[in-house]
Amino acid sequence: MTEHVSLLLGRLGPDALPFYSWVAFSGALVTLAGGVGFLAVVTWLGQWRALWTGWLTSVDHKRIGIMYIVLALVMLVRGFVDAIMMRLQQALSYNSDGYLPPEHFEQIFSSHGTIMIFFMAMPFMTGLLNYIIPLQIGARDVAFPVLNAISFWLTAAGAGLMLISLVIGRFSTAGWTGYPPYSGVEFTPGVGVDYWIWSIMVSGVGTTMTGINFVVTILRKRAPGMLLMRMPMFTWTGLCSSILIIFAFPALTVATGMLALDRTLGMHFFTNDAGGNMMNYMNLFWIWGHPEVYILILPAFGIFSEVVATFSSKRLFGYPSLVYATAVIAILSFTVWLHHFFTMGASANVNAVFGIATMVIAVPTGVKVFDWLFTMFRGRIRFEPPMLYTIGFMCLFVIGGMSGVLLAIPPINYSTHNTTFLVAHFHNMVIPGVLFGYLAGYMYWFPKAFGFHLDPTWGARSFWFWLIGFLLAFMPLYLLGLMGMPRRMETYGNAEWQPLLIVAFIGACLILMGIVCLVIQLWVSIKYRRALRDTTGDPWDGRTLEWSMPSPPPEWNFDAVPVVTTRDAFHEAKYSGTPMKSVPQPGTLHVPRNSVVGPCMGFGGFCVGFGAVWFIWWLALAGLAVAVGALIGRAFVQNTEREVAPDLGAKTT
Amino acid sequence: MIAASDAVEEQIDSETEFGFWLYLMSDAVLFSLIFATFAVMSTNLAGGPGGADLFDIKNLAVQTGLLLISSLTIALAHHAAVGGHVARAAVWLVVTCILGAGFLVLEVRELTEFVVKGAGPDRSGYLSAFFTLVGTHGLHVTAGLIWALTLIVQTTLTQPGPRLLSRLSRLTLFWHFLDIVWIGVFSLVYLPEFL
Ligand code: HEM
Ligand SMILES: [Cu+2]
Repeated sequence: MTEHVSLLLGRLGPDALPFYSWVAFSGALVTLAGGVGFLAVVTWLGQWRALWTGWLTSVDHKRIGIMYIVLALVMLVRGFVDAIMMRLQQALSYNSDGYLPPEHFEQIFSSHGTIMIFFMAMPFMTGLLNYIIPLQIGARDVAFPVLNAISFWLTAAGAGLMLISLVIGRFSTAGWTGYPPYSGVEFTPGVGVDYWIWSIMVSGVGTTMTGINFVVTILRKRAPGMLLMRMPMFTWTGLCSSILIIFAFPALTVATGMLALDRTLGMHFFTNDAGGNMMNYMNLFWIWGHPEVYILILPAFGIFSEVVATFSSKRLFGYPSLVYATAVIAILSFTVWLHHFFTMGASANVNAVFGIATMVIAVPTGVKVFDWLFTMFRGRIRFEPPMLYTIGFMCLFVIGGMSGVLLAIPPINYSTHNTTFLVAHFHNMVIPGVLFGYLAGYMYWFPKAFGFHLDPTWGARSFWFWLIGFLLAFMPLYLLGLMGMPRRMETYGNAEWQPLLIVAFIGACLILMGIVCLVIQLWVSIKYRRALRDTTGDPWDGRTLEWSMPSPPPEWNFDAVPVVTTRDAFHEAKYSGTPMKSVPQPGTLHVPRNSVVGPCMGFGGFCVGFGAVWFIWWLALAGLAVAVGALIGRAFVQNTEREVAPDLGAKTT
Repeated sequence: MIAASDAVEEQIDSETEFGFWLYLMSDAVLFSLIFATFAVMSTNLAGGPGGADLFDIKNLAVQTGLLLISSLTIALAHHAAVGGHVARAAVWLVVTCILGAGFLVLEVRELTEFVVKGAGPDRSGYLSAFFTLVGTHGLHVTAGLIWALTLIVQTTLTQPGPRLLSRLSRLTLFWHFLDIVWIGVFSLVYLPEFL
C-alpha cells in the first residue's frame, strides 16, 4: 500500500470528506444535522440530566428495550432512504447512468443491507426481547442488567460507526456479505470495508452477550410454577434465538476478524495468492448467516403467536407443536448454510444434501402456519393493527416460502443465483416475516410500555401501504430475476426491464407512505394520549403475565411475583374469578443502581473501531483501555443496588 | 434475614456461573472455527517455511509445562479461597500470574523470531492461520492475567466474600479452558510437525 499513514491521524485526511458526489454530500449533511439537531433540542429543553440518569446510564431492561427500539426505528428510516434511492436509480438507469455514480450505488446497497440486518432488525428484536421477556416470565429484571446495558451500548457504537462512515470517509462497496477477494485490500483499498467490518464486529460482541443474558434469564429467572411448557411462545422463540446467537455469532467474529487481519496486517486467509482460501470465507460467513435469519425470524414468529391468540380470543392452537417446531427450526438452521453458494462448485451430492436439508425446514415452518390458522378458526377475531400485520404476514409469507423451496433446488438455483429473484425471495421473508412481526409487536406492546394506545386508524393505514407497497416493490423482482436480471445493477441495457423497475419504484413510494403513516401514528398518539390512555393494564384482553401489571409497569416490574399454575395463567385467573397467588414479598426490594459502565464501553468500542478503520492506533488503544478500565472499575463497585419500597396498597405508579 | 440474603447471593452466583459456561461455549465455537480454518490451510505453505522448519521442541515443552503447572496453581488458589485462606489464595494467584506471564514471554519471543526470519503471518496462508490461532489463545491468556491481577488487588483491598470467591472460581474455569485449548494447539498444530 502506498497510503500515507501519520502517527496522529492515521490515514485520515481532508479527502475523507464526502465531496465526491452531491448525493453523498447531502446525505452527510442530513446525518450531521440530525445529530446536531438532537443535541440542540436536548440542550434547549435542559434535559441532559434527565436523559443521562433516566436513560443513558439506566440498567432497567425496560428502558434499555425502548432505547434499542428507538435505535432500530431511526435506522429503519436510514435503511429505507438507501432502498428508495436504489429503486429510483434503477427506474432511471436504462441505457443511462441514472443519478448515482457507480461507486456510490455500490456503497448504498452495501449500507442498506448492513443497516437493515444489523442495525434495524437486530436492535428491534433485542429491544422487544428486553422489554417483554422479563415481564412474561415474572422476573424483576434480566439476569445481568449491567451486561445488558453494555450490549446495548456496543450495538449503539456499531451503529455510530455505520452512520459516521457517511460523513468521514466512505462505506464498503462489497455488499452486506463482504465477499473476498473483492473485499480484500488488493481490490478494495481504503476504509469502506473496514467500516463494515468494525461496525458489525463491535455490535456483534454486544449481541453475543445479549444471547448469553437471555438464555440465563429465561432458564433461571422464571416465576415459581412457570415450567418450560408453560412459557409464552414469544419467550420460547426468544430462548431459541438467544441460543442460536451464542453458537452462531462466533462464526461472524471469526470471518470478519480474519478479513480484518488480511486487510490490516497483510495476512492471507482469503487472498488470491500466497495460500489464501476465499471459499473458507463463504463457509464461515454463512455458518453465521443462515442461523442469523432464524435469529431474526423466530421472535417474529413468537409475536405472531401471541397476537393471533389474543386477537382471536382463543387459546393458541397446538402450543406443543409450535414449541417443537421452533426448536427443530433452530437446530436445522445450522445444517443448511451451503445453500447460499450452491454455485461455488461443491459436488452435486453435497449440493443435494444441503438442498434437501433446506427443504426440510419448510416442514416445521408449515406446521406453524397451520397452528396459527387453526387458532383463528372460529375465533372472535378483532382486526386491530397488530392482527392486520399478522394476517398480512400469513398471506405473503407463503409466497416467500415457496420461492425459498424453489431456490433450494440446486439446478434451479444455478439459474436464479445472484438474480433479483433471490432479492425478491429474501425481502419476502424479511419484510412480511421479520419486519411485520416486529411492527405488530411494537403496536401490540406499546400501550404496555407507555400507558396509552397507538392510534389504530393510522396503524391500519400504515399496514395497507406496507402491504401493497411490498407487493408492488418485490413481485416485479421475481419476474425480473426469471428474465435474468442480476442483483446489484447500477445500470442496464435491457429495455424490457425498465417498466417493471418503475413499478418497483412506485411500490417503494407506497412503502414510504407506510413509514410516513407510522410517524404520523406516533405523533397523533402522543398528542391525544389522554384519550388513548390505557387504565386497565390489560387493553387487549391479553393472556400472558405482562398484562397482569399496570401500564407502564413499575421499575421493579411485579409488586408481588405471581405463582403460575397453568399456561396462560393470567387469562385463566381473569375468567375464573380466582386471582393468581403470589410469592410473599419482603417489605423492600432491591433494584440495580444506574451504571456508567455501559456508556463507557460503548465509547471505548467506538474508539477501537474508529481507530482501527483509520489506523489511528493510539485511539484504538485508548478505546480499549477505557473499555477494560470500565470493566475493572466495575469490579470494585460495592453498592450496586438500591432499595425501593413498593406501595403494595396502591395499584398505580 | 441473613439466611434470606445468603440465598439470594447463592442464586446470583449460580446464574453468573451458568452465564459463564455459556460464554465458554461460545468461545469454544470461536476456537473450533479457527482450528478448522487452520486445518484447511495447514498445507498452504505458498513456498514458505512450514512448522517443521520453524518449531523448537524445547520452547514448546517449556511453554506447555508452564501453562499446565499454572492450571494446578490456580486450582490451589481456588482451593485455598474456598477454605477461607485468602492470603494463601493470593499467593497462589501470584504464582499463577508468573507462570502465565512466562508462557506469554516465550510465546511472544517465538513469534517475533519467526517474523524476523521472514516467516511472519503475511508469508503464507498457513502462517496466517498459525499466528491467528496461537495469537488468539495468547490474547485470552493476557485477558486472564489482567483478571487475575485484578483479583489479587481485590483480595488485599476488599473484604473477602462470596462475590470474590465466585469471581475466582470463574477465573479458574477460564484458565482450565485455556489449558484445554492449548492442548488442542499442542496436539494439532505442533505435535504433527515433530512426528
Ligand atoms: C423497506 C423496504 C425495502 C426496500 C424497498 C428494499 C430494497 C432493496 C433493494 C433495491 C436492494 C438492492 C437489490 C439489488 O441488489 O439489486 C436491497 C438489497 C438488500 N436488502 Fe432491502 N429493501 C427493503 C427492506 C429491507 C429489509 C427490512 C431488510 C432486512 C431486514 C433488507 C435487507 C436487504 C439486504 C440484506 C440486501 C442485500 C444487499 C446487498 O446486495 O449486499 N431490506 N433492498
Ligand atoms: Cu440460508
